[in-house]
Amino acid sequence: MRWLIGGAVALAGGMVARRLLGGAGRSNDQWQRGQARRRGPRWHVATVNRPAGDVAPGGQFPEPLAGLGDAVEIQVRPAAGGRGTEIAVRLRDGARLPLAAAARRAAGRDPEQAIRAALRESKQLIETSEVLHPDYPPTTESTPLNKPLQMATRQGRREGRL
Amino acid sequence: MKALVWEGANELAVRQVPDPKIRNEQDAIVRVRRTVTCGSDLHLLGGYIPFMERGDVLGHEFLGEIVEVGPQVRNHKVGDRVVVCSFISCGKCWYCQQQQFSLCDNGNTNPAITENVWGSAPGGCYGYSHALGGFAGSHAEYIRVPYADQGAFTVPDAVSDERALFASDSAPTGWMGADLAGVKPGDVVAVWGAGAVGQMAARASVLLGADRVIVIDRLDNRLQMAQTHLGVETLNYEQQDIGAELLERSGGRGPDVCIEAVGMEAHSNGPQLWYDQVKQQLRIESDRPIAAREAIYNCRKGGSVFVLGVFAGLVDKFPLGALMNKGLTLRGAQQHGQRYIPMLLERMARGELVTEHLATHTMPLDEAPRGYEMFKQKLDGCVRAVFQPTS
Repeated sequence: MRWLIGGAVALAGGMVARRLLGGAGRSNDQWQRGQARRRGPRWHVATVNRPAGDVAPGGQFPEPLAGLGDAVEIQVRPAAGGRGTEIAVRLRDGARLPLAAAARRAAGRDPEQAIRAALRESKQLIETSEVLHPDYPPTTESTPLNKPLQMATRQGRREGRL
Repeated sequence: MKALVWEGANELAVRQVPDPKIRNEQDAIVRVRRTVTCGSDLHLLGGYIPFMERGDVLGHEFLGEIVEVGPQVRNHKVGDRVVVCSFISCGKCWYCQQQQFSLCDNGNTNPAITENVWGSAPGGCYGYSHALGGFAGSHAEYIRVPYADQGAFTVPDAVSDERALFASDSAPTGWMGADLAGVKPGDVVAVWGAGAVGQMAARASVLLGADRVIVIDRLDNRLQMAQTHLGVETLNYEQQDIGAELLERSGGRGPDVCIEAVGMEAHSNGPQLWYDQVKQQLRIESDRPIAAREAIYNCRKGGSVFVLGVFAGLVDKFPLGALMNKGLTLRGAQQHGQRYIPMLLERMARGELVTEHLATHTMPLDEAPRGYEMFKQKLDGCVRAVFQPTS
């Protein structure tokens, strides 16, 4: 059955690689509704289950978002249907070469990854008052077979579709 | 501490691992008194879920005693006897507030994996791979319980460990299937799978007022158990024509509600088993949806189908035509246990919901690999193997 696991891990690795090579970065979204589509930094948007006043009390966002500083643009608006507040973040600096972005992303140095992590962590801080940590110390050990999975896990909050 | 760890496909071992620690202020540490195998563990054991690492601790259905709490835990104290929901949910996000706890936005520390594979990330789950957070499982002496106020429930004195254990997963999962499928008085309900979850779905259907409840399986001992302990009708698909029997028992209409409680490693006595096994081994499909196909095919026009069995990825020959043209409602979910567990514990205390019969084999944690072998091979009538890491 080992070959089955190996194949499945390879499949999962392929999906992550597809993401790394830019699948998640291409889409535009409704935040820019009405504007012409163009290649550039996209808005990363998370909905927080709190009123807008709780998202940035006194104009101060939670540390993970505030820590991004002037490198990003942040917009806030009420979510439809009473779902709380939408927080949208994007890089101010627009033009990026796709290949260079993919390389930075693979190395874990892509600012889009930092935005995803900051959004996820800020959402958790606002909703639950803490960021959920994985178990530590781990019970697992490294093997050649689980290296791709460990790589994906290390990027758990920095990747994905957000 | 001692724990049962996954060492590779179909390889388990009991060995020493680091003790869990409080990592968040809302955490608790629970000393595990009872922890039980689940059919969905077999997908991990067999290597069908590709997000396991050597050394991962298995187990997600358990009961124990709180031995440590974080400073923000308000509803529990050291010494509380608790049953813990298998899914990890914050209780504060929009999904939790809609009582869709297994969809929690904040319970999974690795959301990227499932976002890429499924489009969105569900909450976390103990001992259920790094796709669901990589949290250590309950087949261990101790376990960390995040968001303890949300996921741990004090067990009433009137409910024994043996009974309350199944309020962690099997009973709320089964109840959710019947509830969200819309079972109501007068319904005919068919349940595929007479394992613990299928039996609990059948019992829930009875308690929700269904007129007839029919459980389908191939293992006579499980069907006998369902008749004896749940008071439901049974069908053995190796001996009976399921479609004809269901029509006959539902006035020619077909069941109003069909609940699939089998999952991705379904069996059959027909050629479809070989078809799906070959495709699964060749990785052309990841799951064998045999019971799901049958549930859709046999459900009455306009009826409701609920998928409780665990599926991981892609299936083949899915009867979308039947689903669409018969106007069926298809739903599925991992359990929203926090929504049901308090009510289920009350029913257990009143004797309306009994579960002890599911624990066919109880043994120390040291014997857990043997327990899983019995459970997987259905040896000696094993329905669930229960481990006792600490007395």
